[in-house]
Amino acid sequence: MRYLTARKRAEGKGASHTGTEHHWYMTVSAVGLAVMMPIFMLIFGSALGSTHEEVIATFSRPVPAVLTALVLLVGLRHFAKGAQMMIEDYLQGTARKVAIMFAIGLSYALTAFGLFALAKIAL
Amino acid sequence: MVQLTLPKNSKVKVGKTWPKPTGASNIRKFQIYRWNPDDGENPRVDTYFLDMDKCGPMILDALIKIKNEIDPTLTFRRSCREGICGSCAMNIDGINTLACIYGMDEVKSDVVKIYPLPHMPVVKDLIPDLTHFYAQHASIMPWLETKTNRPAKEWKQSIEDRKKLDGLYECVMCASCSTSCPSYWWNGDKYLGPAALLHAYRWIIDSRDEATGERLDHLEDPFKLYRCHTIMNCAKTCPKGLNPAQAIAEIKRMQLNRAV
Repeated sequence: MRYLTARKRAEGKGASHTGTEHHWYMTVSAVGLAVMMPIFMLIFGSALGSTHEEVIATFSRPVPAVLTALVLLVGLRHFAKGAQMMIEDYLQGTARKVAIMFAIGLSYALTAFGLFALAKIAL
Repeated sequence: MVQLTLPKNSKVKVGKTWPKPTGASNIRKFQIYRWNPDDGENPRVDTYFLDMDKCGPMILDALIKIKNEIDPTLTFRRSCREGICGSCAMNIDGINTLACIYGMDEVKSDVVKIYPLPHMPVVKDLIPDLTHFYAQHASIMPWLETKTNRPAKEWKQSIEDRKKLDGLYECVMCASCSTSCPSYWWNGDKYLGPAALLHAYRWIIDSRDEATGERLDHLEDPFKLYRCHTIMNCAKTCPKGLNPAQAIAEIKRMQLNRAV
């Protein structure tokens, strides 16, 4: 039993003065992905079913390679921040912090592996 | 935090079924949530039958009739009976609304199911504990904040600026919106909820208020403000037809405008 007033509970620790940057990043990256994803899907889709040499040739060209890198970078940062928001909704305490670390770590790992694979293809 | 099941002592059981009125031809069935903190029992749902030919048209009329004529222990808040006080907010047929302005004919199913506002501590029967909800409202400073010396007469406001408060000042703080919001269910301890944020916006855009920056500072937080995911349950359920989600979006836009 803690004798806290209702107002004290409502105020909590006050505002952290963060969140706007997160909101802005999600807006900007969503717009970017809305433009990039259809083009990427067209390039990726056209390469599906092709021979190994043809796929290598497609992703060795500058525009498909740079676009793929951007999709990886922007998409997985968008994923990490979105996942953080979702985890904050549904978990609390230590579990929340661990899950957020895992989501961010996973997004960085996927980005790194994706860029490594792309570099091997494109360069 | 999200809760997928009710605690053991909150599981709702089948309650008492009261007898049907004799000689009535137009009977309607009501299932009402009951819980008494004094008897140590789990919540239950009692079943009542009313002669609709002898009952008023609103849900609150039915509740008052049940309390007066069938079961005087049924407990609920009510006052104005015209949608101004916000006291009789409850969940009727799955919708958070005011019992006094919700017509019996608006309930789609044959059985009228009445529960307290969701995901709030219950004081008794249909009465939720709104202490935290009111404290959150107080935390947004719902009053005029000024720094300039008080004018000789009133603080003046143009007709255009006054019109900006329409759709905001009408909120009666019934808590229907906040208790319909999943973000408020899971993080209501930190997230201010649609009602408090609508009131916050009402004071932010008041042309006479001189604490706009402080008000925005107070709200800039991943939980207090940005827990709103534009689910829109608040706008859908508001018995006064207001749109708290739009007010929240406007606050986010103002936060952005001062940062970018």
